[in-house]
Amino acid sequence: MKADYVVVGAGISGCSIAYNLAKKNQKNIIVIDKGYLTSGATGRCGAGIRQQWGTKMNCLLAKASIEFFEHAQEILKYDKDLEFKQKGYLILAVTEEEDKDFSRNVKLQNSLGIPSVKLNKEEAKQIVPHLNTNAFISATFCKTDGHLNPFLITDAFYQAAKNLGVEFYFHEEVLDIIIKEGIIEKVITNKREIYTSNVINAAGGYANEIAEMVGINAYVYPERHEILVTEPVENMQGPMVMSFGKNLYCQQVPHGSFLMGRTTLNEKKGHNIESSWQFLDEMSKTVCELLPAIGKLRVIRQWAGLYTVSPDRQPIISKTNIKGFYLACGFSGHGFMFAPMTGLLLSEIILGEELSIDINELSIDRFEKQSTFVYEKSVV
Amino acid sequence: MNKKDIIICRCEDVTLEMIHEYLNKGYTDVEELKRLLRIGMGPCQGNNCMQLLQKEVAKFINKKTEDIKTAKARPLTMGIQIEKIKENFENES
Repeated sequence: MKADYVVVGAGISGCSIAYNLAKKNQKNIIVIDKGYLTSGATGRCGAGIRQQWGTKMNCLLAKASIEFFEHAQEILKYDKDLEFKQKGYLILAVTEEEDKDFSRNVKLQNSLGIPSVKLNKEEAKQIVPHLNTNAFISATFCKTDGHLNPFLITDAFYQAAKNLGVEFYFHEEVLDIIIKEGIIEKVITNKREIYTSNVINAAGGYANEIAEMVGINAYVYPERHEILVTEPVENMQGPMVMSFGKNLYCQQVPHGSFLMGRTTLNEKKGHNIESSWQFLDEMSKTVCELLPAIGKLRVIRQWAGLYTVSPDRQPIISKTNIKGFYLACGFSGHGFMFAPMTGLLLSEIILGEELSIDINELSIDRFEKQSTFVYEKSVV
Repeated sequence: MNKKDIIICRCEDVTLEMIHEYLNKGYTDVEELKRLLRIGMGPCQGNNCMQLLQKEVAKFINKKTEDIKTAKARPLTMGIQIEKIKENFENES
């Protein structure tokens, strides 16, 4: 069989890329996933969307993506509410160094049109009354950050892409990509061979494996991150509460449950996504310190997913040395919230159009030219 | 009885009608149905509804119930207060 484009990965990035290509009148687009829709990182993420970043690129991608999310239901013509909520992100500074960094971040964010503000402890407590003010120094808040249901928004991109003619193959694994005389000849899966000259790698935690099939180094690695959900309760917390120093993010979603996650220290690189009891121990200590009232809630489920970490914790949205092979990976835990721009920008790169945001800095070249980076510190 | 009135998942109020609507839309993977409808995501963790869902999917795609994969079983097996986990940890160490 033949295709003009093969997208590897049906998470939100792959679905957004396919949708954007189809919207620009591209035909014969196939999306392949070894699992089901949102089976990878998208369906396992913390479901937050924020613009409070420490690097200009992340700020710009996040801001434009939130502007899309504000109208996503109409644009994608989705029949269900996407559970979009803009109650902000409250980010706590717990050290003097963070306090200084956050002042700088807010300045950068404001210069790019992001309405974040620096708050003292009392102002923060007004927004989240159950905060333990002994556990932090200051905070930053951006009222237009928030939450969106990852399953529903991905389904919205998926449905919209299908309506534009995109074909999806689930439970099908890409085994190899054959290059002939420097250009892509075909993609081999466990079910078929697809002749194509364009392949887009949106394989999340498996982006390295897919890149290796064409002999490219994607400079990324997968890392397990764990998360839990509580029973649903009455609305008691508007914003996502986050601390890099204390290693926690915690948000009540519109459904009423609290979602919370943290990074396991010294986590080994790899595809392991088993749940651990160590995570429960560490999470319970952290959340009871910062948000004691949340300690009363019952945990009902825990799971894990993969961050695909790049050397500077910024995404790779890029063409490569192999003609027709493109990368959308290395989001370092934030591919969900950047997805509208990932799809738009990669479709512009592929079609040689003028870019909506200058993202030359996000090209894979950056890792080939240098080995040390100024990296995004605002990551849990 | 009206399909609208038959509750399959009591934790998340998912009706038989909603399941049939999504099956008709082409979602026949239990994991997808779970994520889109929240079936099995409540406090009982699918203890009641997962077998019922399996049967509905089996009927729809004309397979045996035992050939329909259920959603991955995840911890915990019952709800536990976060502060109890913290206290236990402190008492044990």
